[in-house]
Amino acid sequence: MSSARIEGRAIKLGDDVNTDNILPGPYLNLTDPDELGEHLLETYDPEIAARVAPGDILVAGRNFGMGSSREQAQVAIRARGVQAIVAAGFARIFLRNAINVGLPVIEAPEAAAAIADGDTIAIDLEDGVVECGGERFETVPQPPFVAEIMDAGGLVEWARRRIAAQTPNP
Amino acid sequence: MAEPRTIAQKILAAHGVEDVTPGAFGLADVALVMANEVSGSVALTEFERTGAERVFDPDRVALFADHFAPAKDVRSAELVGRLRRFARDQGIEHYWEAGSTANAGIEHTVLPEEGLIAPGDFIVGGDSHTCTYGAFGALGTGMGSTDIAVALALGQTWVRVPQSIRVEYRGSCGAYVTGKDLILAYLAHSGVSGATYAALEFAGPPIDRTSVDERMALCNMAVEAGAKTGIVAADETTLEWLAPKVGDRALEPVLPDDDAVYEQRVEIGLDGMPPLVARPPSPGDVAPVGDVAGAHVDQVYVGNCSNGTITDLRQLCRLLEGRSVARGTRLIVVPASQRVYRQALTEGLLETIVAAGGAVSMPTCGACFGGHMGIIAAGETAVATTNRNFRGRMGHPDSQVFLANAYVAGAAAVTGELCDPAEVLG
Repeated sequence: MSSARIEGRAIKLGDDVNTDNILPGPYLNLTDPDELGEHLLETYDPEIAARVAPGDILVAGRNFGMGSSREQAQVAIRARGVQAIVAAGFARIFLRNAINVGLPVIEAPEAAAAIADGDTIAIDLEDGVVECGGERFETVPQPPFVAEIMDAGGLVEWARRRIAAQTPNP
Repeated sequence: MAEPRTIAQKILAAHGVEDVTPGAFGLADVALVMANEVSGSVALTEFERTGAERVFDPDRVALFADHFAPAKDVRSAELVGRLRRFARDQGIEHYWEAGSTANAGIEHTVLPEEGLIAPGDFIVGGDSHTCTYGAFGALGTGMGSTDIAVALALGQTWVRVPQSIRVEYRGSCGAYVTGKDLILAYLAHSGVSGATYAALEFAGPPIDRTSVDERMALCNMAVEAGAKTGIVAADETTLEWLAPKVGDRALEPVLPDDDAVYEQRVEIGLDGMPPLVARPPSPGDVAPVGDVAGAHVDQVYVGNCSNGTITDLRQLCRLLEGRSVARGTRLIVVPASQRVYRQALTEGLLETIVAAGGAVSMPTCGACFGGHMGIIAAGETAVATTNRNFRGRMGHPDSQVFLANAYVAGAAAVTGELCDPAEVLG
C-alpha cells in the first residue's frame, strides 16, 4: 500500500451512527461532492459537523454506518477531507462501500474506546496498528481479498484491470 | 453429500462461490442487478470508469426511478433523466418510472410483481432494503453504488459468506399482529447490530401461515438488525404467488439442510404478544404499543417498501371504514406499486381512505427517506409503516417517527394518538 501511515486529529462519535446522520436523505439528489460534504453529520450533531477539517480521522463506537446503502455518505466523508475511520465496529454495507472506494476503515474496539476527541492518532494500515498517546492497539489484519481491492486503489480499479485483461463479453 | 448448508450457503454455492464456509470471501455471479436514481447516479459514473461499454446482460438489469420521482425539482429530474438515458442506450427493458408504465412503483414491490424474483436467486441492489426478496426464498442484499457499478459491468460481485441465524417463531399471532410485528419482535431481541453480516432464516409455524405480503415486511427489515439478508424458505404460498408471474420459469425452493450449522438459534413466542412499535430514533427500540399509548400523532404514513401492500391498505381500511381522520392529524397513504393502487381502487379501499380524509399518493419512496411528499416539521410526531425512524429521517431533526403496522397506523389516524387498534375495533 502506498500510504500505509496516516496521522490526524480524532473527531469522536458515538455508537450506531447511521447513514441518515452521516448524510441526510434530502441531499441525495446532489451530485457535487463538495455540496454533499457540506451536509456531513448534519443531523448527528451540527457542532461536531462544523469541526470536521481536512486530515481528521473519525473515531466511532459500534455499528458505524448502519442503515442505508447510500454511497453519498462516503462521498461526503471524503469531500470533507477525512482520512480514515476507526470504529469499534462497522455496519455491513458501509464497510463494503468504504473498502470499495478505498476509504481506510479500521475496526479497533479498544482503540475506539481509548481515543478521546481531539487526540492526535496514527494508523499503520499495513501492520494494522492504531497509536494514540504512546499506546499501541493491534487490529485484525484485512482479509487478503479486501487487501487486494484496497491495493488496487478500490473496486473500480480492480474491476478495470480485470476488464482490460479480458476480451469483453466473451 | 457435501457439508450441510444453510439457505444462504446453498444459494451462494449455486452462484459460483467456491468456498461457502462462513467468513470466506469469493466472487458470486448475480441473477439480477438493481439500481434506482439515487444509487444509480453514482453507479453510472463508476460504471464508466470500469472501462466496460455495455452492461453484462441488459435483461438482468433493473432500473427504477422511485425515490425522488416524479421529480420534485430540477436536480431530481436530472438524476431520473440520466437513468432513463442509460436504460435506453444499454437496451435495458426493465426500467420503471412513475407515470410512464402501467406497472411502475417502488422497486422492492415491483420486481417480484414482475416475476423477476424466484427462489434461489442471488440479487444485488443499490438499496439497503434489497433483502426484501428473501420473502420469495431468494438471497437479496443491498450494496452501494460502486458495488452496483462493478456488478453491472461484470455480472459478479465479491462476497463474504455470511454466518446464518435461525429465527423460529412459536405460538399464534393475536388480533392486529402482522408481519411487521414479527420483525419488530426480532429487533427487540437483536437490537440494531445483533445480526451484523448474518443471513437470517425465518421459520416456524407462524411463518408458514403468513402471506407473501407479510413476509415482505418481515424480510425487508432484516437490514435494520445489521443482517446481510433475511430469508423465508419458499413453500406452497410462495410458489402459488409466483407461478402466474414468472412465465415458464421452473420454481425450485432452496431449503436448508436439517443439520445445517447456525451461529445462533433464536426462538420468539408470539402467544399474547400485542402489536409493537419502534420508538424514535431507532428501529431497535421496540415496545408494546400500550407503552406509548396516548402520544399525539400529527401524521400517519402508510406506505413504503415494507408496508405499502394491498394487505396493509386492507388493514388500514378496517380502521377507517365508517370513521374519519382525527382533527389535528393527517393521513398520507402511498400504495407501493401501480398494481397495488389498481387493486385498492377495485376493492374500494382508495375511496374509503379519501372519504375518511386521507390523502393518497402515487407510488414513491417519498417521505420514508425524507425526500418529498409528507415531510414533517420540527416537533411533529409521525406513525409510519416504514422501516426507519432515525433522527430527521422523515423531515426535521427534531421530529419523531414511530414505526408500526397498518392497524396501529389506522388507529392513530382515527384517534389522533398512539393506541392499541383493539381499542378502536374491539
